[in-house]
Order: sequence, then structure tokens, then C-alpha cells
Amino acid sequence: MTAPDKLLTLTPQHIAEEPYYQATSGEVALFEAAYKHRLPMLLKGPTGCGKTRFVEYMAWRLKRPLVTVACHDDLTSSDLVGRYLIIGGQTVWMDGPLVAAVRSGAICYLDEIVEARKDTMVVIHPLADDRRILTIEKRGEVVHAPDDFMLVVSYNPGYQSVLKELKQSTRQRFVACEFDYPDANTEAGIVMRESGVPIEIATNLVKFAAMTRNLKGNGLEEGASTRLLVHAGQLISAGLTPAAACQSAIGEALTDDADTLAAVLELSSSLF
Amino acid sequence: MNDFETILRQLERWLEVEFSMKDVSGIARDIAVLPKKDQDFILVWTQRLSAAHVQIATLFASQAPDLTRRIDRRLIEAWVMQSLDAHDCNGLQAAVNILREVDRFVELRHEHTAGIVLDDVRGILLTFARGLSGRHLLLDVSEDAWTDGETLYLPAIVARMENAEDNFILCKALVAMLWAQGHFGTMRVLFEGFLADYPDQDRALLYFNRLETLRLQACIARELPGLFREMKRLADEKLPTIWQVYAEFLSSASASSHDSLALLHESLQSEMPPPVCYQCALRPDAVVARMDREKALLRIKLSELAESLQQQPDKSRQFELKENQTGGTSEMELVLDDMPVAPPDNVKQLLSSIMLDFGEIPPEYLVAAGPGEYDPDLYRATHKDPDQVWQGTYHEEGATLYPEWDFGRASYRKNWCVMREKDVPFVHDDFADQTLARYAPLVRQIKRTFEGMRDEDRLLKRQSQGEHIDLDALVEALSDIQGGSEMSELLYARLYRAERNIAVAFLVDMSGSTKGWVNDAEREALVLMSEALEALGDRYAIYGFSGMTRKKCELFRIKRFDEPYGNAVKARISGIRPQDYTRMGFAIRHMTRLLQETDAKTRILITITDGRPEDYNDNYRGEYGIADTRQALIEARRAGIHPFGITIDRQGRDYLPRLYGPAHYVVIDEARTLPIKVAEIYRRLTV
Ligand SMILES: Nc1ncnc2c1ncn2[C@@H]1O[C@H](COP(=O)(O)OP(=O)(O)OP(=O)(O)O)[C@@H](O)[C@H]1O
Ligand SMILES: [Mg+2]
Repeated sequence: MTAPDKLLTLTPQHIAEEPYYQATSGEVALFEAAYKHRLPMLLKGPTGCGKTRFVEYMAWRLKRPLVTVACHDDLTSSDLVGRYLIIGGQTVWMDGPLVAAVRSGAICYLDEIVEARKDTMVVIHPLADDRRILTIEKRGEVVHAPDDFMLVVSYNPGYQSVLKELKQSTRQRFVACEFDYPDANTEAGIVMRESGVPIEIATNLVKFAAMTRNLKGNGLEEGASTRLLVHAGQLISAGLTPAAACQSAIGEALTDDADTLAAVLELSSSLF
Repeated sequence: MNDFETILRQLERWLEVEFSMKDVSGIARDIAVLPKKDQDFILVWTQRLSAAHVQIATLFASQAPDLTRRIDRRLIEAWVMQSLDAHDCNGLQAAVNILREVDRFVELRHEHTAGIVLDDVRGILLTFARGLSGRHLLLDVSEDAWTDGETLYLPAIVARMENAEDNFILCKALVAMLWAQGHFGTMRVLFEGFLADYPDQDRALLYFNRLETLRLQACIARELPGLFREMKRLADEKLPTIWQVYAEFLSSASASSHDSLALLHESLQSEMPPPVCYQCALRPDAVVARMDREKALLRIKLSELAESLQQQPDKSRQFELKENQTGGTSEMELVLDDMPVAPPDNVKQLLSSIMLDFGEIPPEYLVAAGPGEYDPDLYRATHKDPDQVWQGTYHEEGATLYPEWDFGRASYRKNWCVMREKDVPFVHDDFADQTLARYAPLVRQIKRTFEGMRDEDRLLKRQSQGEHIDLDALVEALSDIQGGSEMSELLYARLYRAERNIAVAFLVDMSGSTKGWVNDAEREALVLMSEALEALGDRYAIYGFSGMTRKKCELFRIKRFDEPYGNAVKARISGIRPQDYTRMGFAIRHMTRLLQETDAKTRILITITDGRPEDYNDNYRGEYGIADTRQALIEARRAGIHPFGITIDRQGRDYLPRLYGPAHYVVIDEARTLPIKVAEIYRRLTV
């Protein structure tokens, strides 16, 4: 590239207010230990169980800025690393979110890492082992990650296709932490706090969730996540009946199959 | 008002009394006392029926006066009409039988209009029950509702309530009560056994059940208040005073089965109130048998586990159960001689079932079974399990085994289908060429359309964004600026990655019913489709399927994914011949596997069939075959495959939406139009 090379990078933001996160076991201590030893982390667990919220909370707690990238199947390494732009007749290099995070010593959270294209892994690997470097090929630049940079990726082992399994060479670079739905009381507390419903309703929503989780593999691919319970709670707070809220926020979100949906709705109407 | 005399004379004429010498004055008297509109109704029908047969008319007239008092007029008409139909089709005796059994007719009629047929709601109820319990429960038919904790038994038709809606609520209530028996400890007491203390055991069980029903009702009121509101509507019971006291006592949140037991002795002195409509039966022996079976099975599995862990057989046989906290989740872990073992799935299931029964695993359950300790009959379910009967006796070399979905049991039959891949024998003739010649204009058009859809990697220049800079455009733009004109913003180059990256598998019906036109149409369609796909560049495979019972499930290779389209494939297409029956689930499962092994961004499975799935002489017919096929398609969808059905079946399209989902199938009315349509269908599917 012969054009003059100006560099543009975003400054990742700190999280100003403490995000509400209810710890369920030792995950906070584990994360802090990994951070201290500059180890990347892999968060495993079903959808909507609080992984994203946890990372936000940890970023706040460790006073680090947070960069989140939701991976999808069109995400290329350029989307992570950066690309040239032309601004006012000049070529300018624009850092991608990953590079921006590395430069500023942020926590970089790659959500649903397996969804990304395979070539992105090549970028992540040297960053996730003890080299802690990131190569920007197009610029011929190697960025060394400062000590306070941390890479966190998430991965849902539950329902992905054989082609989307995380390769051993990738997963073995990370400290893994398994997430699951919190126990009933904790979860009811979360739903209450996040949606503003009274405790009785939150408790019933959690009971309903347990019933749908019973059906995992028996008609449902996944049970209702904490996220869906929060959604249902918010609809109830907005004035919907619990039955209607459970149908729109939970039932319809879980399945399209008419029989299964009917049964799931029977379960929720039995509870309320 | 018709007076007695007029009625009598009319009846005598219509019922031909002069020949039969029958005295119809009694009937006339019964009719005479009715209101006029009922009299007219009966007389009109009697006259009409006499035209069919005097005996029919007589039977009607003699019963009608009583019926008009208790049964809706329309129902009486339906009953009469049915007897007339029967007379037309099957003669006098059939008609007479229907007229004699009016009450049966009324009952059946009610069941038809208001009753819930278990088979119709089986899926919903099972899902409901499994959601409540977290157990892999089964559902089966029995006279009354009861459970052994493994299978829920319900009547084939539930019709006690007036209308269908209430009967469905009753079904749910029964399921909930059965769930409650396990969840709130009734079953545990049954297992412990208490009846021996009572001289009249049957009576004691009835009373115990009545008391427990009161307690479980209250449990449901607390746990499932929504359902309980509806249950109360079905039965608002009035209890005798002393039973009201019992009910109150047993309704407290802390009441347990043992409180019912404590009341049992005293309650036996009183008269028992009749059961409520959703009361279920208790079968202690069945519960005990099931629990014993599980205990035996667990201990046998544990001994297998111990054997695989220990070198010397004389070591400890006592397992311990520990909870293992990792991350945020707790896992059950078995420990033997300080060695932790993760329990295999079947053991885990047993453990959780026992856990649900007892709230813990009694230590004696965790002792690995010693040699000869259990007779195999003990732990095998009393009804024989076809899987087990079959396993070990049947070896299949070179075959792949696939499960099959049994909708009755609502679970898979494992390793049920014995599948083999075979090659279609070559027929080297000019079938393909003739087809191409016959459809020459169409082929040209298809090729043109499909070539247009083909995408190669192209560098798109002069874009508003992209990963590269379009240097040519940039140079131009810079010189534009120097020349004083405005600069273009289209300065990027973008790699257009519109590789279609599609793999499609065609699964073609080779069952016997395709003989003739359908087979020809399928073969022609495959020739045209292959031409189209060659033009398009999508990867494709073609397989045919047929089967004769689950042990002979055959998939015929016509073209593999990695095989080029050439004379061999053409000769195999030409060689496709009708075989046996349409067992479909295994074929879909196998194609799903093949598609999964192919690296593509989009994977499509197109089935071409001539009717509903069916197999010879086993139960792969009707609902069973459809349910299995549907399940196989669900599995395919879960594996990220897009199934699509093309069916040449003019009669039954009702089952198609259930199989493929709305908008994921087409019905072709004329077999001969299949070749013309198939390419267009594929185009629409993939643009
Ligand atoms: N432990 C928790 N503390 C506080 N809120 C929680 C917790 N767990 C779940 N939630 C709630 O559930 C919602 C979903 O959580 P989150 O977005 O973190 O899920 P996730 O695990 O990242 O899901 P996905 O894998 O789909 O991205 C949050 O917005 C929050 O309301
Ligand atoms: Mg998330």
C-alpha cells in the first residue's frame, strides 16, 4: 500500500455503572485469577444464561473497557482486525474492534465464536497463547497485547452442528468456565430484579422454565433461558396477563411445532 | 291436540296391524299424553319409517315417547337416520340393533362430539406430563387412570364432561393427579406397603386413595393454581362434615401421605364420599414391581460398571453417590473405592428416577449386583421390549443401523432399521438421450436460467465499501480532485463471495407403487435435474429408497456427491426400477448423515415420493409411518438441513404440512408434469 498511512482507532469505553450480575458459584474468582495470569477465557453454556452480563460485570469490576463482538458467519478477519478507508482523499487505516481492544488494554469479548468464519481463528490463536500478539498483515504490523488486555470468548456446546464444533487447538488455549441456569431461588431473584415483577410471579416463571427444561430433547431443542423469563416478566410488568406473556415471550420463542407449543402453553396456564 | 283415537288409527294403518295383529294401543296412549309438537314429531317419523320397514317404524314408535322426554330432538333424528342407513347398507337386523340400543347410541354420539380421544391428544398430554415430571414417561390406554410411575394409563376416550373443552381439561387434570402421586409421595407410601394391617385391603386402599386425592388436590391447588381453577369448575364437591375436616387437615402445606395413613383407620368408620371425576386409581403392586425393576436394573448396571473398573472381582461392591461441583453446575458422580466415575446415561436416568421416588438413593440400591443375584426376567419389563428381544440375536454385516420413532411410545426404537446402501444396476440404453431430445427446448431454457444463477468469485470494483481499495478508481479520483471536480466515493473493491456453496441430495421413491408413469416421470426428472445442476455447479447426490420391513431397508445409490455426472450415472438413472415399500425414516436419516458429511453452507434434502410412507405387514402404516418420517425430518432440520418434499399424491395432502411444515412441499397432480416442474421448484428454492 503506497498511500500515506494514517491510523484511526476507537477508544473502547469503560462501563460506568455497576451492571447487575448475580454470581452463581466461583466464576468471579476464576475470572479474576485468569485475568491476573493473563489467560484467555472460554465461557460455555446455553443461550441466555448470563454470559454476556457476566463479562460486562467483570469489565466493570476490573475497571477495564469492554469491546464486544457478536460473531456471525459473515464475520471475516478484516472485521476484527481492521481495514483501509479513504477519508478526504487519503487512505486511512481503521482499527477493527479486536485491535482497538488490544491497543487499549481492554477486555475483548467474542460472543459465539464458532459462528465466525474459519480465517478469524488464525488471528485469534497467537493472541490466545503466551505470545499474546496480533498480526495486522495488511499493515505489516505486530501488536503486542499489554498485560491488562484479556480475550474472552463464548461458545454454546448445546446445539451446534458437527461442522461448528470448536477445534481442540482453539479450545485448549482457554481457561474454561461452564455456565448454567442459576438455581431456582437465585433465578427468581434475577427475574424479579430485571423485570420488576413481584416474587410470586418470578417464582412461577422459574417453575415454568424448569418444566420447559424438562422437555429438552423431548420436543424442545432448548428449555427457556433466564433471558426469556426476564422478557416474559417485562411483558407482565407492562400489563400483559401471565398467560399471554408466557406465550409470546417464551412458548413461541421455543418452538414452532403446534403440538409442542400447545403442551407448553398448557403448562404455563396450569401455573398461573 | 291429537286425540287417542286418531293416533291409534294412524298407527294401526302405518304399522300394518291387520297383518301383524299387534296391539299398538299402548303406544298410542303414550303418545297421546305428549305435547302436540312431540306427537307430531313422532307421528311424522313413524310414517316415514314405515315406508322402509314396519318393524323399524314399530321399534321407533314404541321408544320415542320416552326419548322425547330425555333426549334432544336432533339426537333422536340422528339415531333414526343411522338406523335407516344401516338398513340400506346392511339390512333389517342392523337397523334393529341400532334402534334397540338407543342408549349406547347416545353415549357413543356424545363420545364422538364431546369426547377426547386419547390418540388425538397423546402428543400434547405426554409433553405436558414430561414437562411436569422431568421423567421420560410413557402413555398407554387402560380402563381407568393409574400409573406405575413409568407409564401413565388413561382411558382411550374421556367423555364424562358435557363438552370437548371440559373433557380435555379432565385429561389434563388426570395427568396432573398421576404426576402428583409421584411428586407428592403417594407412590412412596404404596411402595412401603401398609395394607397388610387392614383386614379388608381393597376397602382400605379405596379410602386411602380418597384421602390422598383430597391431599393431592390441595397440592395441585398450590403448585398449579391455573389448572386447579379449571378442575374446580369440573367438580365442586360437597363433602360430608367429617370428610370436610379431613380435607382441611390434609390441605395444609405440610401434610404428607403419612397424614392420610394416620386418618385412614378412623375414616374407615364413616361412609366414603364418591370419588371426584379426576380421581385416579392406585395400583400398589404395579408401583412396587416398577421400583423393584429399577432397583434390579441399577444394581446390574453397577456391577457391569464395577467390572469394567476393577481388576479383582472380590473388591468392594458398594458405590457412593457424590455431587460434584464444577463451574456453576453440579454433576452426579459415582464413587467406587475412592475412584470417581461419571455414570453412563442409562444409569443416570435410573438414578434420577429413583431419586424422584425417594428423594435420595437408598444405600442398598448402590450395591453392585452379585453373580446370579437377579433373574433377568425380574428387571426386564413384563411387556417384552422388541429392542431387547431383537438385540444380540440378529447380526448384520456391513449394514448401518438407524433408530425409528415410535409415536405410540413417543420414543425411539434404537437400532431398529437395518440399512444397506446398494448401487442401482446399470442399464446402458438411450433413455437419457431420448429424454434430452424430447425436452430439448426446455433443457435449453433450464440451462440458460441456471447458468445465470451461477456465481463465481468476482472482484466487484467501484463500491462504496469493501475490504480493498480500488486503486484504479483512486487514481482517477485523485486526478479528478486536481482537476477541480468532485471526488467519487466509489473507491473500494469487494470480493463478491456469492459462491452458492449448496449441496443438495435428492431422495427418490423407489417403492412398488411408483411402477409405470411415476417411475418414468422420476427418471426423466432426474435427467433434467442433473443437466440443470451441472449448469449451476451445485453439488448434488441422488439416492433412491425402498424397504420391506425394518430389516431390509435399502438405499440405492444413483449418484454420490463426489461422483461426476456421466454415462455411469445416466445408466443408473435409466436403471431405476420400482422395488418394495415406502419406509422413509431411515432414508431421511441416512441422507441427513451424508449431507452433514458434505461441507457446504446450505444443505438441502429434496424428497420425491408418490404417497404417504407405508411398509408391508408391520406397523409402518398410517400414523406410525407419518410420525417417524416427521421425526426424521425434524432431526434433519436440527442438523441444519433444509428438507423439501415433492409429492405426486392426489389423494392425501392432509398429512404433508405436518411432515414438511407449511410451504416446504409441493403437490404435483400429474405425474407426467414432474420433469417440467422439478427444475423450476429447485430454482425457487435456492434463489
Ligand atoms: N446471573 C445473572 N445475573 C443477572 N442477570 C442475569 C444473570 N443471568 C441471566 N441474567 C439475565 O438474563 C439476560 C440474558 O443474559 P445474557 O445476555 O448475559 O446471556 P448470554 O449467556 O450471553 O446468552 P447468549 O449465549 O445467547 O449470548 C440478561 O440480560 C439478564 O437480564
Ligand atoms: Mg451473550
